[in-house]
Amino acid sequence: MLDDFLIRAGLAGLGLALATGPLGSFVIWRRMAYFGDATAHAAILGVALALALHLPIAAGTLIVALTMALTVSTLAAKGWAMDTTLGVLAHSALAFGLVAISYVPSVRADLSSYLFGDVLAVTKADLGLIWGGGALVVALLAWRWQALLTATLNEDLAHASGLNPDRERLALTLALAVVVAVALKVVGALLIAAMLIIPAAAARGIARTPESMAAIAIGIGAAASLIGLQLSLWQDTPAGPSIVSAAAIIFALAAIFGRIRNS
Amino acid sequence: MTLLAAQNLSVRFGGAEVLSDVSLTVHPAEIVTILGPNGSGKSTLLRALLGILPLSSGQVTRAAGLRLGYVPQKLAIDRSMPMTVRRFLSLPTRVSNAEATAALARVGLPDVEARQMAALSGGQFQRVLLARALLSKPQLLILDEPTQGLDQPGEAAFYRLIEEVRRETKAAILMVSHDLHVVMAASDRVICLNGHICCEGTPRVVSNAPEYRALFGLGTQGALALYQHQHDHSHDHDHGHGHDHAHPHSHDTDSHTHA
Repeated sequence: MLDDFLIRAGLAGLGLALATGPLGSFVIWRRMAYFGDATAHAAILGVALALALHLPIAAGTLIVALTMALTVSTLAAKGWAMDTTLGVLAHSALAFGLVAISYVPSVRADLSSYLFGDVLAVTKADLGLIWGGGALVVALLAWRWQALLTATLNEDLAHASGLNPDRERLALTLALAVVVAVALKVVGALLIAAMLIIPAAAARGIARTPESMAAIAIGIGAAASLIGLQLSLWQDTPAGPSIVSAAAIIFALAAIFGRIRNS
Repeated sequence: MTLLAAQNLSVRFGGAEVLSDVSLTVHPAEIVTILGPNGSGKSTLLRALLGILPLSSGQVTRAAGLRLGYVPQKLAIDRSMPMTVRRFLSLPTRVSNAEATAALARVGLPDVEARQMAALSGGQFQRVLLARALLSKPQLLILDEPTQGLDQPGEAAFYRLIEEVRRETKAAILMVSHDLHVVMAASDRVICLNGHICCEGTPRVVSNAPEYRALFGLGTQGALALYQHQHDHSHDHDHGHGHDHAHPHSHDTDSHTHA
């Protein structure tokens, strides 16, 4: 069954949706959209690093994404203006990554597969990585769930309950880096943040509790993956952008549905 | 027995000392109010006592195994997070439906479990925060300006509720406020703060202290008259005396405080 490239692609999309649903919800609740973008853009630099050092691509992106996420967290804790810092870091990471990768002649040709993903070329090994990483993120979030929610609501409240908000923030940072490494093959560095934000944003209008929002976001991410792949196959469009387009259409429908229901 | 004690506590932000040499104790079942103008370090003191902020010197000691409930000053539940009242009460410790219902009934908010937190009024929101804090069966309840944003009747009702809670649960209550009269009447002990402790004691003692009056810019007779006015007023109510009864002190005071 896994020999069919389309089934592998579909499973890759589902594996990614499993992780981006709950993590994307936190990205929205904590207003980390730009933070996600910066971390995801750093993935291109990770690809260049991996190729230069002959590391697996996933290891390179994981290291660089993690470094980026930790740098941003540290600067934020030191009171740097977040909007500006992220604006500088996100675009610098992308620019440096693109410059660095131009030194690797073999990649120049399929640079777009790193920018926009190449889900139709997902191998069994990739699939193992995507589901392994996705499971890791889901397990981490499930384990820390109550503490993460409390710290997201109010850090003082978390403190007073004996929790450590810094530790919870670190858990999210780790999860984000893993998702970036996992998502690179599916939607590419430029659209990873979209897979985090759009399904969760679409789920917001429908959900009544944090848990239902995360679950609905998983469902929407999964549906967008499958619809996007079909679209890609049928119209011969790039798969990653097609998946994100499908998610955006679901978001629009959910927003309209929400307006009608509330009026 | 002491639930919470601070000895010579100091806190610095950058180079500036925000709190210096603050010592205080909280005993079971007493209501202690920390009073001070904006920027006097009230919230900083609470956060230092809770262990959120590092101390630059001094120490805070808690009774062993102290159960603590906390109501923060501002809890802006972002519209991006769907959160029912019922779900909120289970953070971070999950509670049973029966416990949740009982806590909501205690704060006078039956049948709001399914409501979204973001859709509550200011007064309802504060009550839900209090209900959540009560679920841990606290021996000490710490409230940071719990009536901010409430109108006067809402404020009075909230402090009545606090007093009921104290009476029923025997919990000590440590709260912060910047408004004078309602809080004064509801407290056993008042600590007047402005970077350091200016004065402390029963509401009557504090309201007579020159440090307190200087801090709040009251006239020589102001605070005492204000406090007594509160007393006279409820007295009048209870006994159905005429409302046109002259209160020379109170009129005086009102013009002072509102100036």
